[in-house]
Amino acid sequence: MSTLTATTRSTRAELMRLRAWPAVWITLGAWLLLSIMFGYLFTYLSYTSGDASFADEGTTQAEQLARMLPDAVPDVFLQGMPMFGGALMMVLGALVAGNGYGWGTWKTLFAQGVRRTPALLGSVTALTAVVLTTLVVTLGLDLGISLIITASENQDVVMPSFGSVTEAFGAGFLVLEMWALLGFLLGTLARGPALSVGLGLVWALVVENLLRGVGQLLGWVESLTEVLPGTSAGSLIGGIVGVGAGDGTPGVLDTVPVGRAAITVAVYLVLAVAGSVLLVRRRDVA
Amino acid sequence: MNTNAPVATTENLTKVYGDRVAVDKVTMTVRRGEVYGFLGPNGAGKTTTLRMLLGLIRPTSGTAYADPSVGALIEGPGFHPYLSGRANLRVLARHRGLTDAEVERVLGRVDLAGRGDDKFKGYSLGMKQRLGVAAALMGDPELIVLDEPTNGLDPAGMADMRALVVDLAREGRTVLLSSHLLAEVQEICHRVGVINDGRLLRESTVAELRGGVSLRIRATPEPEALAVAMRLAGDDGVRRESDGALLLSLPAERAPDVARALVAAGADVHEITAAERSLEEVFFEMTSTHPHQEVPA
Repeated sequence: MSTLTATTRSTRAELMRLRAWPAVWITLGAWLLLSIMFGYLFTYLSYTSGDASFADEGTTQAEQLARMLPDAVPDVFLQGMPMFGGALMMVLGALVAGNGYGWGTWKTLFAQGVRRTPALLGSVTALTAVVLTTLVVTLGLDLGISLIITASENQDVVMPSFGSVTEAFGAGFLVLEMWALLGFLLGTLARGPALSVGLGLVWALVVENLLRGVGQLLGWVESLTEVLPGTSAGSLIGGIVGVGAGDGTPGVLDTVPVGRAAITVAVYLVLAVAGSVLLVRRRDVA
Repeated sequence: MNTNAPVATTENLTKVYGDRVAVDKVTMTVRRGEVYGFLGPNGAGKTTTLRMLLGLIRPTSGTAYADPSVGALIEGPGFHPYLSGRANLRVLARHRGLTDAEVERVLGRVDLAGRGDDKFKGYSLGMKQRLGVAAALMGDPELIVLDEPTNGLDPAGMADMRALVVDLAREGRTVLLSSHLLAEVQEICHRVGVINDGRLLRESTVAELRGGVSLRIRATPEPEALAVAMRLAGDDGVRRESDGALLLSLPAERAPDVARALVAAGADVHEITAAERSLEEVFFEMTSTHPHQEVPA
């Protein structure tokens, strides 16, 4: 049996179990809730009340409204991804890989003669499908909300260009997929979900921010931060939405050029898969 | 198909953790169509050997081969707790390219069809164990490896599991069974391997291991009885039991000869019976462990 056939089988199997896993739906729900809250709810409340919210300080009502219309969907869609979007996907990746060890399901699988590499690639492919689904649902929801606001505010419908939607979707995929796969790598490395989730979150939410702060004082630390996953993801998004537009949005950066950031994110993505395959192939399964 | 062909072999298989040798140069062979009992006290190295055989862990040295068509239950069942037993097996079936009909077949085989839609996390230990066995049976594997399959089962469940292994043996399947239940192994297995402190002490048929039928005599005075016994069975063929009886390595048909010789020597014969050591007795003798200390009954 070829590796492709075996991987396809494992992808079907993993999709079957991920679909039924409450953790996947909870993560997706949390992302959508946060995305709507920070993308539309606070802006809308600020817009309707006339008070500037923390995210919209210094902006006029017209600017606030413009941010909620369909034309701005690509920017709103991307803004939460470097911070909580990435963190949530990393948690999901760590759970998908780590629980296989915690519950002993990898052991059960490999003990029945299922080959390790196709099984792992199947799991990665299924996780990628979850990331893609998350992106599609988010984009659809953002568009739906913006159309409702457009109608309620009697504005003309100006849809975003296909190019800008495609660009946003591609960047969003790179960022969420990178974090999901880094979480998968951590779950594999730690052979369990708890430690990998904890370490991953501390790294993504705390350590990288601290290093960026230290980087302002030490040149070599600054050079190091430019190739870190969080900086690269933030710069990729910042390069598209613009840091001016995303000012105040945590994680959105202009530290490195967008092209370099995209390449760095893609490299992390590949390294995370390669690292996971290597670890699963070489290490004992307890 | 060669019925005696090996379906699982190890050659000088060794696993070292730090400075502890968990498995020490184990060489064993499981042949097609046999039920092979793998015996040993807790921590003897049974599960480590089986895990190396299945490729779950890498040997430090030596080789292990198992037929690629293998189904196994190792160190307890591992399944997704949020899925039902049936869904768990379906996920496994997808991975292996098997059909849902196969899932139903094995669920029925372990008597879980009626509870197949219950969540795995709600299963009793016995049900989890049976689901693990069902997973091992999926796809009609050439080799079935069962590591302590009766763990957590109640007496009825144990009887069912034993019947299942007997059925598998009748169907000509190869089963590698690791178990503490020596009476079960004695009845079910064709051959056994006994492991202790990581070393394989013996690999043979159950009958060979038990040493065949011997004669047990009690006669007085004991010195005369012992002299007669040693004359008939040889110096190495006599063993004194704790109750003073003598165990002679002689076939049961020699009982009249022994009786005549004892009487001729002036001894009073109180008992002369055919005796057979149980696998349990042999096991404790080989592993030098007390039944109430390390090895559960």
